[in-house]
Amino acid sequence: MSTATLTVGSDLPAVVTEPISRFTLAMFAGGSGDHNPMHVDTDFAHSFGMKDVFAHGMLSMAYLAQVLTKTFDQRAIRSYGVRFVSITPVKATVTCTGKVTEIFEEGGERRARLALTATVDGGVVTLQGDAVVALI
Amino acid sequence: MGIDRKFIGRESEERSVEVEKGQLRLFAKATGETNPIYSDEVAARDAGYPALPAPPTFAFSLALLAPAEGGSLTEMGVNIGNVLHGEQHFDYRAPIHAGDTIRLKSRITDIYEKKGGALEFIVQETTAHNQHGTLCVAARGITVVRR
Repeated sequence: MSTATLTVGSDLPAVVTEPISRFTLAMFAGGSGDHNPMHVDTDFAHSFGMKDVFAHGMLSMAYLAQVLTKTFDQRAIRSYGVRFVSITPVKATVTCTGKVTEIFEEGGERRARLALTATVDGGVVTLQGDAVVALI
Repeated sequence: MGIDRKFIGRESEERSVEVEKGQLRLFAKATGETNPIYSDEVAARDAGYPALPAPPTFAFSLALLAPAEGGSLTEMGVNIGNVLHGEQHFDYRAPIHAGDTIRLKSRITDIYEKKGGALEFIVQETTAHNQHGTLCVAARGITVVRR
C-alpha cells in the first residue's frame, strides 16, 4: 500500500495471532536465543511462584513489529520501542494494532509517529509502544 | 539485598556474532511471520535486499546469542527466574542481513528501585556495528528484577 496517504488518526491493518501454544514458546526460545526456562519449563515457573509459564515479552514485540512490516518497508523504520505492561499468558491470542499520531519532517524526510498496542483476550493491554517510520 | 550500584557504568566486553540464515528462518517460523522476504532468499533479493534481512527485533536476539559476561545478570547476582522485561527500544541506523558479522557492546547506564526495593530496574544500552564498522542498531532495554 502507499504510505504517502496516511494521515493523523489513520489505523494500520491489525495483526491477530494464533493462540500462543507451549510449542510456540519452545520454538521462540530456540529462534530468539532467549533460553530463560521461565517460558518453557512449568516446574521452573512453579519454583518461582508462577502458576504457569508465560510468553516471552519479545515474542509479542515481534508480533507487534509485524504491524509495521505489513504496512511499511522495514528499511523505512527509524525507531521502535515498547513498554511491557503485563504478562502474556500461554494460550493467549495477541491482537496488535497501530495508529498514526503525528506526521512531521525530520532528517530531510517525511515521517510518521505511530502508537502501537498489543492486547490479549479480554482486552488486557500487554505492550504499549511507539515507532517512527519514513513515509517514502 | 539489592543490586550493587557499582554496576552502573559497567561495560561488557565486545563480542561478535554472525547473522545466520537458519536462525533467521527459525525466528520467522516461531513468530508466525508469513512474509517470504524473511525466509526465502529469492524473495528477499526480489525485494532489494542483498540477503535475508534481520527483522526489527532481531538485534535483541543477537545479543542473547552472544551473551556478555560483563554486566550480565549472573555477574550482578540476579537469578533469571526473578526477572521480567520492562522496556525495549531500538533506533535503526542501517539494515542487518544474513551473513553479516555484528559486533556488540553493552553498558549498564542505570540501576534504580521502586516500591521500597521490591522491584529493581536495570537499564542497559547496546550498540550493534556490522563488519564495515557501520552502526546498525542502538538498543536500550530495561530489565525488572522482583525481590
